[in-house]
This record gives sequence, structure tokens and C-alpha cells, in this order.
Amino acid sequence: MKIIYTDVLVIGGGLAGLRVATGVKERGHDVVVLSLVPPKRSHSAAAQGGMQASLANCKMGEGDNEDVHFSDTIKGSDWGADQEVARMFVHCAPKAIRELAIWGVPWSRVHRGEHTSVINAQKVTISESEEAHGLITARDFGGTKKWRTCYTSDGTGHSMLYAMDNKAKEEKVEIHERLEAISLIHENGRCSGAIARNLMNGELVAYVAKATTIATGGYGRLYSVSTNAIICQGIGQAIALETGVATLGNMEAIQFHPTAIVPVGILTTEGCRGDGGLLLDKDGYRFMPDYEPEKKELASRDVVSRRMTEHIRKGKGVKSRYGDHLWLDITILGREHIEKNLREVKEICESFLGIDPAVDWIPVRPTQHYSMGGIRTKYTGESQTLKGLYSCGEAACWDMHGFNRLGGNSVSETVVAGMLVAEYIADFCDSDESALNIDTHTIATFLKAEKDKMEALLTKENGEDAYVLRRRMESIMMEKVGIFRNGEDLQAAVDELEELYKRSKNIEVFRSKSRGANPALVNAYRTQKMLKLALTVAYGALLRTESRGAHSREDFPERDDKNWLKRTITSWPDENQTIPTVSYEEIPIEKMEFPPGFRGYGKDLTVVNPETTKRQGVVDALTEKLVREGANRFEIQNALMPYIDKLPKKYQGTNERLGENV
Amino acid sequence: MSEVKKERILKISILRFDPTDPKDFPHIVTYEVEEADGMTLFIALNEIREHHDNSLMFDFVCRAGICGSCSMLVNGQPKLACRVLTSKLDANISLAPLPLFKLIRDLSIYTGEWMRGLSERVESWIHDKEEELAFDKLEQRMEPALADEIYELDRCVECGCCVAGCGTIQMKPNFLGAVGLNKVARYHLDPRDKRSDEEYYEIVGDEDGVFGCMTLLGCEDVCPKDLPLQSKIAYLRRMMIQTAAKN
Repeated sequence: MKIIYTDVLVIGGGLAGLRVATGVKERGHDVVVLSLVPPKRSHSAAAQGGMQASLANCKMGEGDNEDVHFSDTIKGSDWGADQEVARMFVHCAPKAIRELAIWGVPWSRVHRGEHTSVINAQKVTISESEEAHGLITARDFGGTKKWRTCYTSDGTGHSMLYAMDNKAKEEKVEIHERLEAISLIHENGRCSGAIARNLMNGELVAYVAKATTIATGGYGRLYSVSTNAIICQGIGQAIALETGVATLGNMEAIQFHPTAIVPVGILTTEGCRGDGGLLLDKDGYRFMPDYEPEKKELASRDVVSRRMTEHIRKGKGVKSRYGDHLWLDITILGREHIEKNLREVKEICESFLGIDPAVDWIPVRPTQHYSMGGIRTKYTGESQTLKGLYSCGEAACWDMHGFNRLGGNSVSETVVAGMLVAEYIADFCDSDESALNIDTHTIATFLKAEKDKMEALLTKENGEDAYVLRRRMESIMMEKVGIFRNGEDLQAAVDELEELYKRSKNIEVFRSKSRGANPALVNAYRTQKMLKLALTVAYGALLRTESRGAHSREDFPERDDKNWLKRTITSWPDENQTIPTVSYEEIPIEKMEFPPGFRGYGKDLTVVNPETTKRQGVVDALTEKLVREGANRFEIQNALMPYIDKLPKKYQGTNERLGENV
Repeated sequence: MSEVKKERILKISILRFDPTDPKDFPHIVTYEVEEADGMTLFIALNEIREHHDNSLMFDFVCRAGICGSCSMLVNGQPKLACRVLTSKLDANISLAPLPLFKLIRDLSIYTGEWMRGLSERVESWIHDKEEELAFDKLEQRMEPALADEIYELDRCVECGCCVAGCGTIQMKPNFLGAVGLNKVARYHLDPRDKRSDEEYYEIVGDEDGVFGCMTLLGCEDVCPKDLPLQSKIAYLRRMMIQTAAKN
């Protein structure tokens, strides 16, 4: 029995996982990172357009600050986010980006003087100030009041991940590659590590740790077409679910990105539209202004994706053998801009479509992109129900995104949550509370359970084909749990997924019987886990009889704040159940700094909660009083919803900006 | 009446070997796959795995030409397989694992160990002894053109294609290769890294570094990111000669 002991086990080697690892290491704790792939190959590298941080350096970002970033994020979430967590996030985003600048990310910079930009299909001249020259610049993204998305061309995630991985190597963080965590070791509500499988030789290894962190990204590959890397299969969430103790939050909150190329679903960044690109229909007509006269192509992602789908349903899509699509036109930006600021997009168009986006339109349609849901945590990143288990980044439901994430807020979350959760974990490990009391017999039991599962898959006869089950699951999710949802389809999806899940207990790995490196075996056990997860998504969506953010019910178009201002919590307490257990967590209006309102898209279909009016009254009165008394914005914020004490001391400081706090 | 287009039948020959199986030996297996519109090697290989042989191993992660996982020899040339459209190839396609790397199985290679070694050898991180993590303060300024120039070199995805395409490494296994030299050029350009020319000389000023390069420049030919490897190697060499002359 191979057991590896460490203080902190981090599962996942993307931006979030690496940031946690370097943070706890710096605090003097031993750490081991498990990664399916060399960390530099993680899906974080695919983030193109940028990272939101309210630096307010460039002309179009002037006047930006934490307050504006906060209100954009809450509106974007359709009031589903945890407002304290969102506050912690916007306060720390400038710190995280500046830290990364010190660690080597070559952020694109402000250039003094005039430059041309395309806004609303018009060429405009923008004049940058002398004093901002050389500071980090930003571009426009959907659903934001200011230009706040900082970038390195359209390879932002790549540069961030490389800087982060290099930093981890400098700090000698131990990384075990091609190691897949397949179950969590836990007893009496305390998590104490994980059982991992070595994908190169099949060996099972037990990792025992005081704190275990899941930072494995999203679960986009439950869908047949996704912008996600093929390793984003939700196995991190699934092993948390399989403890029967840890819970998942808002699994039905799935984001569709408006512009992935057809048919393969590779992303072209929101930066295309942020920089001035347009969406056109089969007649070359720019349709977004008809639907959203104010924000047009730069409405929030969920809104643009729905409008595109509506427009295609009106027969305005371009026919192709892979179904209807629309066009993304960035030719207006000019070759020079594309080759400098959208070069990944250009490479993708050349390699996968054989077109030149400086001349040709790009075929696009909305495609699964982001998982707002995940392992439900406290603001510290710790599971609400399983002590010693932490999660952050896309894997978690921390919950700063609610029912729709703003573009540019995901890579930002990875590094912000990573740096904060690292501190909370380090505090935990420093305390007596973290002492582990686990005997090797328990570890052996967990190890044996996994060994038996592998043997069963390899020796079963007349069983089911995992590929068949998985393909079916993917198309059910695509067709019935997609952008627009309705009760009938969702019920059918849940019924069939439950059936597939039952069949998955009988999976047989055909022919490929190696106990070592064996892709068929990997597919078999992952399919079993993915089906459970798919059920949490579909079942949560079926039960939520309202429309909020990316969860859009045709049969319940209202956002129902009276009955549904709450998080969906799913768990799987009994191994024999075939449908997840669902409960709900209230999102208390009386504590909100920013009470629910109208997002400003389409018609206002909100069912208002009486508490909202009450709370709005309190917020308005308090704000007015403090303004009269000459309070500054920090004092007003603190009076409405204090959060700063929740942050680790080192991150409580005020952020400098040009003309503010310098 | 709809036109029925006859798709090509691709014959994909793959060099297969499982080094952990004592009975196995390197051998070539040919699979037939019906071509589809827009098919890439990523799609073709998955089809083989799902419908012909579920034991076939290969590495794809992003399948979008971004992560550098899927480099292999396609008709003898190092390439990112996910970006190869089958329509651009002959119907007979040969695939082999990228040479010079540790083989896991079939087309799957272990690049992680090599990536770590590379990073540690050139210490691919910002060296600044005075570094103060002043994350509450305005960031340090940088000339916009310089930031762009650094990003240009930062785009390397460590796929290993340049290593597989390098004539020098075939003879001198310890040669750093274009990927490593490019990293040194990247950090040398970066004013945040305070290493002196002499310190860089210690890393690349020898036969295993920039003076070992025979200037065959296969690296630049096969780099999927079109990095300016030739000019950066020339630049480093000039710089190192100057440093050597100075001392």
C-alpha cells in the first residue's frame, strides 16, 4: 500500500490549484499537487480575452473602482451571487493582477496619446493620458460599465498560467503529474486526503493530508459540444459528491458562450466583440441592436446567447450541414489589430476553418462554456459540510457568479480565490483543529474499494459499453438541458439520465484489459461519475421553476425572487439512490448591499420579493445619511455590508489607482 | 435531390508500443476511417479509439492548438495533431510518437518531466532579490512595445516540436534546444528579471547552450506558434560573445 503524507493536497494544476499551492507553501506547509497533465497544459491556458480587475488606467476605464466592478458582477449574476464573496473578490482582483505582473505576466500596456478603436461599428479616436503610460491597459467585455478586462493579446490565460507554473517551480512546489484523484478519503465528516490513480501505470496511491483542495475546473464535457478542454469532465465535483457528505451548489447554472466556431466548438474570445466585432445573420444584417438597443453585442453572455438562438429560430441562421449558425464579423477591426490583439483567434480560424478573419466572417453559435455551479463552499473555500475539504476556481460554487458569470471574471476568480483560500487553509493547518486522527486501516479500506471497482470494470461480462452511455448522456444534455429549457424536456432528460446511470453500474471494459495505462478503463470509471453529475444538473434545472441568468425556462420566464432567491444544493448521501438529494439555501435579501433589481435586458419579468423593497429603502436611507455626513465610498460600503474583516489581514489594504489613494 | 458526396477512406498507420508490457514490441497498425467534413486528427483518432481499438493511447487536452499536448510525427513531421485537417493530407497517413521523449504508450509521451527539467535548468522565472510584493500599489510601468515583444516570446507552448525537429539534439542529447534558448531570450528581454549577462552566460554560454546550435534551424520550420527562433538564437549568440569578450 503506497501512502504519501503531506500537509495540503491540491487536486488540479491549473491557475487556481497552483495559486493555492504556492500560497500554502509560502506559509510553510508541505504541499503536493496532483494534475492530469503537466500544469502548463491545463485548461486555464485556453482563457483568451482577459482578466477583470478595476485598475482604471486606460481612458475608457476611468472612474472604475471596486464598487463598479461589484455592481456589474452582481447584476451579471442575476442576483444569485453571494454578495460578500463578490466584494472580497473585487477588492482583491487588483492585488492579484499586480502580483502576477511582478511574477512576469507581460500585460498589455497603455500607450500615451491618440489611438483608434471601434465602438458600435464606428471608428473613434481615444486619447490616453501621459500619466497612464506604461500601466496595465484593459479592453471592453460584455456586461461591464467600464473597460476593465486586462489582457496579453488574446493569450491571457496562457501567460498567466505560465507565470504561475514558473512561480510554483521557483518555490519548488511538488507536482505529481498524470495522477487522477478518483475518490476522497473521509470519516465522520472529516476529509483526510484522496485515492489517486497513476494514469501512466495504473498504480493506486493514497494521499493523506490535513487539507484537501479540489481545483479541477468545470464540467463542460457533460455536453457534446463545449469550448472546454476534453479533460474538463467534472471528476473533481463528482468525487466530492460521492462522499455523500460534501454538497454541490447551483449545478444547473451552465453558461453558453455566444461565439464558438462551428462545428468543433472552439472558442473565439469575447474580446472579438469587446474590440468592436459584430454579430450578423444570414443576410449580413446586424441583429443585436434590435434585441438589445443599449448593450447590443456587449450584453451579458447569457443574454447574447439567448438572442442568437431566438434569431436562429426565426429562420435567420445560416444553414450548414452541422446545423444553423450566425456570423461573427471582425473584419472591421483591421488586419493590424487582429494580428496583434486577436492572434489566437486568427490561428484558430486559419487552422480549423481555413479562413482569414481579417477578410472572412467567422461561423459561430452559442456553445457550452462555463460551469457556475460546483462544490459548495463557505467564503473560506471550505466545504460547508465536509471538514478539511476545500475547493476554489471553476470547480467551486464559492459563489461570486450566481447564475451567470461575466466574461473576464473567471481567470480573475482563479487567482483571487487561490490566494485567499491558500491563507485560510494555511490558518487551518496552523491550528490544532487540523490534527488528523486516521488509522491506516481506514486508508486501506478506501484504497481497496477503488481497486475492487477497477477489477469489476475489467472483469465484468456482457456489460454495457461506456462510450455508448456517454455519447447518449452528452446529447441529452445538449438537446434537453441547453440554453432554453422546459419542464417536459427536462423531465425526459432526468428520466433517461437516471436510466443511463443505472446501466452504468454494469459497464464492462471491452477488449482493452490492461491494468496499466488504459484509456478505455479511464473512460469507464469517468462515465459512471459523469452520469451522477449530469443528473445533478438536469434535476436541479427541472426543479427550478423560474428563469435566472443562464438558467432560462420557457415555461417559467419570470425571475421569481419571491420563491427562488436561493441556491440549489445537491448531494448523494446513499450509494444506492439513483437521483440526487436536493435542498435549498436561502440568499438573504436583508443582508444585501445591492438588493435585487432589473438587469436592463429585454422586458422586466421579475416577481419582486417584498423584502427587496424594504431592503432598498434601508440601503437608500443609510447611503443618503452617510453622504450627507461626508462619508467616503469605503465608509458607506462598510455600513451597508461589512466584509473586510473576513479577508486575511495581508489582503485588507486599500488599492491604489491613478488619482485615488496614491 | 441532394448530392451524395463520396467521402475518402483514410488509412491511418500508427506506430504502437506499450513499454510496460514485456510481450509487446513496436509495431505499426493501420486503421481505416471514413473522412468527414472538417475532420482533424483529433477527431480521426477518437473515432479509431471508440470504434476500432479502445486501447489506443494519445494525448489531447485543449484540441484547439493552445496547450501543446498533442505533438506527434504526422507523415514524419512534428506537428500539433489537433490542428491538422485530414483534408490537407493524402489518404495514407502515418503517425508516430514524438521522438526523443519518454514514451508512455502508443502516441502518448511524457513531456512533463522534460518541461520541469527545462524550467529548472534555465530558471524560467523572474529573478529579483529586491522583489517586494507591493500588490496594493500602482504596478511598475513598462513600455507598451516591450510588453508586446516579451509576449511574442512568451507564446511558446512547450510542445516539443522544435526539439523533435532539431539536428543538434540528435547528436548532443544535453543540448538545450530552441525552446530553452527562446526562454532565455524572453527573460533577458524582461526588465523585471535582474539577472546579469554573466548569469545568463552561465546558463547558455557553452556547447550545450547557444554555441552548440549547428544552425540547421529545423526548429523554426516546425514551430507551430511561428516563434522567431532563428533571430532569437542569433541574438543570444551575439550577446554571449559580447559577454565573453567583456570578461
